[in-house]
Amino acid sequence: MGSFLPSTAAERAGLYAALGLSGPADLYADVPASVRVGGALELPAPMSELEVRRTLEALSGQNTRFSTILRGAGAYDHYIPAAVGRIAAKEEFVTAYTPYQAEISQGILQSIFEFQTMICELTGMDAANASVYDGASAAAEALAMCRDRKRTRAVISGAAHPDVIATIRTYCFGSGMELAVAPVRDGVTDLTGLLDETTACVYVQHPNFYGQLEDCSELAGAAHGAGAKLILGVNPATLGVLRAPADYGADIAVGEGQPLGLPLAWGGPYLGFMAATAPLMRKLPGRIVGETVDAQGKRAFVLTMQAREQHIRREKASSNVCSNEALCALTASIYLSLLGPEGLRQVGEQSCAKAHYLAGALCALPGVSLRFPGPFFHEFVTELPRAPQVLAALEAKGILGGLPVEGGLLWCVTEKCSRSELDEAVAIVKEVLG
Amino acid sequence: MELIFERSRPGRGSDLLPPPDVPASPLPEAHRRAAAPRLPEVAESEVSRHYQAMARHAFGVCDGFYPLGSCTMKYNPKLGEDLAALPGFTGIHPLQPEHTARGCRSVLDRAGAYLCQITGMDEMTFQPAAGAHGEFTGLLLIKAYHVHRGDTGRTVILVPDSAHGTNPASAAMAGFTVRSIPSTAEGLVDLEALRAACGADTAGLMLTNPNTVGLFERDILAMTEIVHAAGGLVYYDGANLNAIMGVARPGDMGFDVCHLNLHKTFATPHGGGGPGSGAVGCKALLAPYLPGSALGGGGGAQSIGQVRAFHANFLVVVRALAYLLTLGNTGVRQAAEGAVLNANYLKHRLEAAGYSSAYPGLCMHEFVLTLEQLKKQTGVSALDLAKAMLDQGMHPPTMYFPLIVHEALMFEPTETETPETLDRAAQALEALLKTARENPQALHAAPVTTVIGRPDETAAARRPVVRYGFEEG
Repeated sequence: MGSFLPSTAAERAGLYAALGLSGPADLYADVPASVRVGGALELPAPMSELEVRRTLEALSGQNTRFSTILRGAGAYDHYIPAAVGRIAAKEEFVTAYTPYQAEISQGILQSIFEFQTMICELTGMDAANASVYDGASAAAEALAMCRDRKRTRAVISGAAHPDVIATIRTYCFGSGMELAVAPVRDGVTDLTGLLDETTACVYVQHPNFYGQLEDCSELAGAAHGAGAKLILGVNPATLGVLRAPADYGADIAVGEGQPLGLPLAWGGPYLGFMAATAPLMRKLPGRIVGETVDAQGKRAFVLTMQAREQHIRREKASSNVCSNEALCALTASIYLSLLGPEGLRQVGEQSCAKAHYLAGALCALPGVSLRFPGPFFHEFVTELPRAPQVLAALEAKGILGGLPVEGGLLWCVTEKCSRSELDEAVAIVKEVLG
Repeated sequence: MELIFERSRPGRGSDLLPPPDVPASPLPEAHRRAAAPRLPEVAESEVSRHYQAMARHAFGVCDGFYPLGSCTMKYNPKLGEDLAALPGFTGIHPLQPEHTARGCRSVLDRAGAYLCQITGMDEMTFQPAAGAHGEFTGLLLIKAYHVHRGDTGRTVILVPDSAHGTNPASAAMAGFTVRSIPSTAEGLVDLEALRAACGADTAGLMLTNPNTVGLFERDILAMTEIVHAAGGLVYYDGANLNAIMGVARPGDMGFDVCHLNLHKTFATPHGGGGPGSGAVGCKALLAPYLPGSALGGGGGAQSIGQVRAFHANFLVVVRALAYLLTLGNTGVRQAAEGAVLNANYLKHRLEAAGYSSAYPGLCMHEFVLTLEQLKKQTGVSALDLAKAMLDQGMHPPTMYFPLIVHEALMFEPTETETPETLDRAAQALEALLKTARENPQALHAAPVTTVIGRPDETAAARRPVVRYGFEEG
């Protein structure tokens, strides 16, 4: 019990005998005695399936599940259709390896090709990769795509998600790429005086961390005017409604794919996506699936442009990415297939409308106002007195309120919240504010 | 197979959301999209059939023997799937107040404590999302350690020539120069070459042990001592931990930092290429540099920062914890022993069938065959043999790796295979060897039973088509 060995002790004894060995100790003759583990590890005794189930269920029970979630900030509580989880859970998808053997992996490869196509459609780009770890690492990888010998510096928006900024900083600590963080004015990015001939790229999140819509066309003009690339970080759930990054003039679009049918799951696994214009296609990191034919001329899909990758190029590879988030990409593809263009438009329109409804109702309360003047999508910051008490009162009613950020609370509403849930939240806030 | 876009018909879809119950909100026209994205318009029933067709043309551990070397394709217990789907885990926002997510924190704490026990490390972070991501994180810890000591001349990472491609790629991403260390004819790191390569510029050594040819580096203590004496640190690539977990610990061998592939050693599924989890463990001297999250907390004043948003590929850690609790203090070692036993048995059977091992004697959890002679004699390559295995319902072993072995096939059967599966695989491979000698053309033509034959990879790379072209569709 407790090791998932299918063979019996007697069968294993037979294998040892076939090898002329007396037992397990003989297998490890090359391991120096001084590094061998003497006794048992300090782990609990093996457990049966039922005991493990109870243990993990008890741990999950120590968490609070909020019935209404009015918080986003990089993780979004959208409705996940029933078919998404059921289809993505197929054992063939869940237990397959990376599809190196194309002949027996056409299903996996085709699903990635379809995912790449959907990401291209959402972003307006020519090429997308098979995914990277999450939105933050996607942004960091995108910066590396733009660096060359003369252009070694990146400018990133201070209105980007703080975890994304921190991740980019860490990747740059590794690569040595110089970094400048553009200040935030009135809730949006101000690039004034930051771009020069050493600037490789500008990274801007849209809608930004505070929910504000950035003037992306102007930012693209400024970046291109200085000979730099524009990388836009986008939320794919907005792209049924908002302009595609390529239409603003972006060269690379990246983002966090979690809103596309993945659960909140305390932050992961999520889904980083990356898409680019044709000239940058061969700079994309990680796996990319391409269409080709077999010897009979039959349509076939393969991992392609592998000359970019670590298993071929080693230290000269464009990135070290190997495993990505394939099953999450499959999940997102299923979600987008179920929603279609009309469903994704509804998700965007309703999220946007409900966020504005909540903002309006909150700002009608005494002392509450919007922190920033510009247009927003489905997140916004309120200046609000007694924020800790407001959050505690909401929590007591099973509502996760806005995230405390500098200057106020950052709220988010998705299509999942009904008007009555929003009205209830507003009533609780009103009561606290008296 | 039809693409989902080819199943699309205008106006089809599903009723998923209630009608809006608040007034529409005007968006500035400058931000409104002109044309809708061409997502498929399909009914749920068609989506269901589409993905079922795709699943039929995928090959999972559930479909058959999967001896993919260095990938540890062991059985993925289904309990993990149930537990990772618990609403008390899936419904938790990563930025909930800490007191409302204690259960999630406990999952990481418990899994971390057990993995520290298994590796002999002092601290564990679950932030890295995959093995290569863990390598990058671990190397940044090494970099931060040297930088904070003012020891900025340490710019070289030593990597054996048998290493996974991710090792040198990760070192380059972390800003290091890579210096390759040759292997001996025995398949082990050349100790004298290592000694000669070490110096004032040595930041560290990356090592997999057992190494990628499936041998335990028996001079491991001397090796870590050489690197430490030169002022460098030693990184353990946990790709091959499955051979020795519960038997020997990287921390006791002198390693300072390691990553683990929870999606290999700890039985969480690969998902067709992820999500994984590349947990990183380190000794106390590197703990001050461990990552945190700007919004999610953790990470001290000297932290390297963070390598992704939030905390972890959390649901992967849930599955790994379920596996660890099942194995417990005795099962960890039993699993490792089972893996090494199965590998040796299959190696023995294949040698008896006429195959040549790249290295003789006992192996750890994996072994490498060389088809160099066979190719000279018959023209049948490692690729041909691998493709012929597809027709036998088996996933082929890892091909052409490690790079130091010609016409390499690397087998890792794992502990979750029965003796009869190993016997059947050995018989099938014996028959293929016979075919190679009698009718090599048959193997050049393989596979013949799969949905496609060998694809034209050159054409795919030369003129890349990486998205569906609607105008043709």
